[in-house]
Amino acid sequence: MDRNHLQHQVTCMRKSLFDQGYLDEQFIQLEELQDDANPNFVQEIVTLFYTDSARLIQNIEQALNSSPIDFSKLDDYMHQFKGSSSSIGAKKVTDECKVFREYCRAENAEGCIRTFQQVKQEYAILRRKLEVYFQMVRQADVAHTA
Amino acid sequence: MNSSGGKGSMSTASSSAAWKAGDVVPDQFPAGLRVLVVDDDPTCLMILEKMLRTCLYEVTKCNRAETALSMLRENKNGFDIVISDVHMPDMDGFKLLEHIGLEMDLPVIMMSADDGKHVVMKGVTHGACDYLIKPVRIEALKNIWQHVVRKRKNEWKDFEQSGSVEEGDRQPKQSEEADYSSSANEGNWKSSKKRKDDDDEAEERDDTSTLKKPRVVWSVELHQQFVAAVNQLGIDKAVPKKILELMNVPGLTRENVASHLQKYRLYLRRLSGVSQHQSNLNNSFISPQEATFGPLSPLNGLDLQTLAATGQLPAQSLATLQAAGLGRSTAKSGIAMPLVDQRNIFSFENPKLRFGEGQQQHMNNNKQINLLHGIPTTMEPKQLASLHHSAQSIGNMNVQVTSHGVQGSQNNSLLIQMAQPQPRGQILNDSAGSHAPRLPSTMGQPILSNGIAANVSTRNGIPENIRGPGYNPVSQTSSMLNFPMNHTSELPGNSFPLGSTPGISSLTSKGAFQEDLNSDIKGSGGFMPSYDIFNDLNQHKPQNWELQNVGMTFDASQHSNSLQGNLDLAQSVLVQQGFSSGQMNGQNRSAAVVSKAMFSAGDCTEQGNAQNVNHHLNNLLVDNTIRIKSERVADAGPANLFPDHFGQDDLMSALLKQQEGIAPAENEFDFDGYSMDNIPV
Repeated sequence: MDRNHLQHQVTCMRKSLFDQGYLDEQFIQLEELQDDANPNFVQEIVTLFYTDSARLIQNIEQALNSSPIDFSKLDDYMHQFKGSSSSIGAKKVTDECKVFREYCRAENAEGCIRTFQQVKQEYAILRRKLEVYFQMVRQADVAHTA
Repeated sequence: MNSSGGKGSMSTASSSAAWKAGDVVPDQFPAGLRVLVVDDDPTCLMILEKMLRTCLYEVTKCNRAETALSMLRENKNGFDIVISDVHMPDMDGFKLLEHIGLEMDLPVIMMSADDGKHVVMKGVTHGACDYLIKPVRIEALKNIWQHVVRKRKNEWKDFEQSGSVEEGDRQPKQSEEADYSSSANEGNWKSSKKRKDDDDEAEERDDTSTLKKPRVVWSVELHQQFVAAVNQLGIDKAVPKKILELMNVPGLTRENVASHLQKYRLYLRRLSGVSQHQSNLNNSFISPQEATFGPLSPLNGLDLQTLAATGQLPAQSLATLQAAGLGRSTAKSGIAMPLVDQRNIFSFENPKLRFGEGQQQHMNNNKQINLLHGIPTTMEPKQLASLHHSAQSIGNMNVQVTSHGVQGSQNNSLLIQMAQPQPRGQILNDSAGSHAPRLPSTMGQPILSNGIAANVSTRNGIPENIRGPGYNPVSQTSSMLNFPMNHTSELPGNSFPLGSTPGISSLTSKGAFQEDLNSDIKGSGGFMPSYDIFNDLNQHKPQNWELQNVGMTFDASQHSNSLQGNLDLAQSVLVQQGFSSGQMNGQNRSAAVVSKAMFSAGDCTEQGNAQNVNHHLNNLLVDNTIRIKSERVADAGPANLFPDHFGQDDLMSALLKQQEGIAPAENEFDFDGYSMDNIPV
């Protein structure tokens, strides 16, 4: 009962993450990689992403705050960040990154700054949602094994 | 980064061992494929690793390009394929790609979140065998083994009469062949395949290997015949059937010729592409960049020589090349065959060698830089080194590739010997080591004569450049045919290029060669920059290449026509050498060959793989007492760019034959036979 309920919650949340566009197909790829040998693979990857991307975020911040702005460097950082976020299936985050890069290429500082705020926001939202999600998953697992 | 290389995390029982020993069960393939994945993004890296493990591959991950390179160098046969990201902080992915292609000739797959056309195109031109867009899906990784097989297959083609061996069959066969392959294969079946025996003639492996078809070894001589036939028919009209008829070699099938022709064409194409770089070759060659051309140096030397001979190569480049080459090799290295990766460095017609395509990436040989695919010449870099020395005298084409002890680098000297001390150092041996024997772009550069050449690790300078210039289509002028022998380690017998030297063209010293070569080659010994040697051969009739080790001794300078034949030596440098006695009939072929070698050398990533070049170059020096030791002087070790699979003996003999009058240099040459194995991988 409880187990099913929790499992159901997990399933629902997962579905909504996809439906709302927070996650994309790539996330499923990660899920498929998870197996008995790496039972928490997805969570580990997401954690790694957030840990590692923190420095990229910081680099971008710094680049945006410097003057004059070095757009090519900025583009470079963002390219890396985008590559990373796309690899975990963070759809909204990646989409914002694309917008950012457009502004970057146009050397539109204001556009970049504005978009970057969006990037950070989506980044934070996703993080929270995934934290909740993984927690539910763990609970469901525990309930399952119990 | 975790190096899980040794662990068979996924593989069924130590795949690597399996491959080598030949006991691998074909059914397991592609399980156990040894993949090296390089990406600075830890998230991506981890995901890729997991994906690859799921595909049952044996994965080693690396977050820095430099680390990856050193891992590859330390363990030349330790990996089957490399996957690398394009954007990396410490080194550009394409550069890494080139290095790998030149030095190890492994298939490389590029990845990036960037899917722009230019980037993808860049991957193609640099020789990547595939390009994946991030985020990478596991489906895309499941089939990467095809690149490994394809490469092997292409390499074999040259060797085997009909490349219809199935993959399944091939695997076990390969190992078997490796077993009895004369060259001291590293044991890796891959290399053994590439390596082709030292024998000149088609080896009948039927008995020994499970392959039921006798393998055709494109020896220098054979290649020369091939080139001669092609020239006669005209590159456009050259069809396998006619070529076969003209060649009139018993036992050779149309298929053999067809696949060889394909490589040759690629080589030529590459040359043409490269030629553009030539102009910058000089700079590039000498440019220190990653000394990828270490081994190439020898080759470069060769080219340099030729170039030098033709006066094309700026003395400095040649010198550099030579220095590079010489530096490395211990005088032994004979011909630094352009380590241009065997990627067909046929710079036959087009001086622009752009080895880009194949070479770069796969020089496949990690182990062996098949400089001369066909020619089992083990060009010892040393020889190239000697070439270098000889290079001094352009006229004499003394390509002394003084045995470059260095593997590859030595070769350069040979190449350069060609006449002018071209600063192509690149070609020289140094680069030879690493790169496929790029034909010493030292065209005209006295490659090694300066001795510097040896050190010129042609690093890079040459390799890339060599390709281009050197390869001037030896049109008529003896400019050697720089065939960019396939980089892909298949130097169909033609000299070449040590390994993958995409850069081989660089040998051709900075563009100068090319142009000059072409013109010069006309018999006047214009060398093709890349194959300097050849050119020189052609030009200087009387040259006596004293290439001692000129592996690639491109006697080209000397014999303007004799070069023709030389080119065939993929490593043809040797051929040239031998021929230099005027054999270079304007055929650039020889030169080409040489250049190829040079290229290879040049291309060889400076890493010291000049060896290859050296080796090849050495070979070329068949002519005069060249002791072509094809050993690639492994510049520093990692260079084993080009497996010396060119048996020096073969080359030498080829060369010798070429030079009609050339004294029985055979005796004088100490070829160690190019065995790819020798190449210190």
